[in-house]
Amino acid sequence: MVVVYVPTSLRRLTGGQARVEAEGDTLAALLEDLERRFPGFRQALVAEDGALHRFVNVYINQQEVDDVGIATPLSQGDEVAFIPAIAGGAQPFTETQVQRYSRHLILPEIGGRGQRKLLNAKVLCIGAGGLGSPAAIYLAAAGVGTLGIVDFDKVDLTNLHRQILHGHKDIGRHKLDSARDRLADVNPDVKVVPHPTALTSENALEIIGQYDIVVNGSDNFPTRYLVNDACVLLKKPLVDGSIFKFDGQATVFMPGHGCYRCLFPAPPPPGAVPSCAEGGVLGVLPGIIGCIQAVETIKLILGIGEPLVGRLLLFDALAMEFREVKLRRDPECPVCGDNPTITELIDYVEFCGLPRERALIG
Amino acid sequence: MPVQVRIPPMLREATGGARTVEGHGSTVGAVLLDIDRQHPGFRERLFSEDGELRRFVNVYVNDEDIRYLAQLDTPVRDGDTVSILPAVAGGGRHV
Repeated sequence: MVVVYVPTSLRRLTGGQARVEAEGDTLAALLEDLERRFPGFRQALVAEDGALHRFVNVYINQQEVDDVGIATPLSQGDEVAFIPAIAGGAQPFTETQVQRYSRHLILPEIGGRGQRKLLNAKVLCIGAGGLGSPAAIYLAAAGVGTLGIVDFDKVDLTNLHRQILHGHKDIGRHKLDSARDRLADVNPDVKVVPHPTALTSENALEIIGQYDIVVNGSDNFPTRYLVNDACVLLKKPLVDGSIFKFDGQATVFMPGHGCYRCLFPAPPPPGAVPSCAEGGVLGVLPGIIGCIQAVETIKLILGIGEPLVGRLLLFDALAMEFREVKLRRDPECPVCGDNPTITELIDYVEFCGLPRERALIG
Repeated sequence: MPVQVRIPPMLREATGGARTVEGHGSTVGAVLLDIDRQHPGFRERLFSEDGELRRFVNVYVNDEDIRYLAQLDTPVRDGDTVSILPAVAGGGRHV
């Protein structure tokens, strides 16, 4: 006789019992017996190929068994626990979540452990526009548990050729309202936290401080420098993206490995670089770069792959060409260098030389 | 020695729309001067009046920023790629 601890998500099959008894001298035999006594039990734990789902952890006598095979032997009096989630006080996944994230759960690089990290992650998107739209949609779809979005704009018809969070019915609405509705439809697991404000030196540290990672989708230089400096000061990774006409750039600024000021110590003088409104932009271009930002964010959360740290990815849509240049931390950088002279947020409008009434940040 | 100079979108009107221009010279500075010879007015877009590269423009030889090499004196070799990269921010209205 083996005692089996029943995870919450399967107690509906055992009449609510948290502990049941079953027979088996291997895990395979035990699962078959459990299926006989409680139909559906084995199915929930075992994949089509007969092995346990990768997101199921098995404990035998309170010890986690790694690489558990279905033929693992059991002895009389053993206690077996099947836990379809990572410990740490987290709730097991619901049936719906197991289905929703099934394609993640079966990837060895993600599994239940990784999905739990995504659900526990807090990511802030600066902007619900061209870059923020695809990033937010894919981050929500992936199950990033808390998604903050900063935007104070309303949806305009001219946005719709690239800002896929919003649709025709949203014209005139606040972008955050449109985003909240769309993202709730993409994934109701995600808590969308709206920040309907311009990001300023007065509020940036308080807002950014609530999140683990920042995804930059801002559309002007003062905000880029503000977000950068705040992330350096708060030691938050910044997943950066920018676009112009048919070209895009993306990188990850990791604390200690350089920042936006290391790349561009000074902004262009006002009028030197056209905006998308003035120069135009291929609608799908921010889709590509925003998706790349989502990939990089997910990689950082999961701790997998090689992120774009120290690498500036350059994308040319017309040639369909990706190139890279190296990014370094500048030891003389005023905010992240060896002897920083900027230790608090400054007046970014002044820094960028913009007349105050033209600025988008306060 | 010919190098390929990648022209960013913002500067292509100065090169008649060309995305890549072949330049000759043994240093980055010499190559950029050569591009200016081929396309007069090009230099002005990149350099301020005091002859320095504008600070919002980066130049790379292959994948290295010349700021960490020898600036405009960075040597270039046959087949190298020189990339010019200005800061961009996208945007709806203002920059």
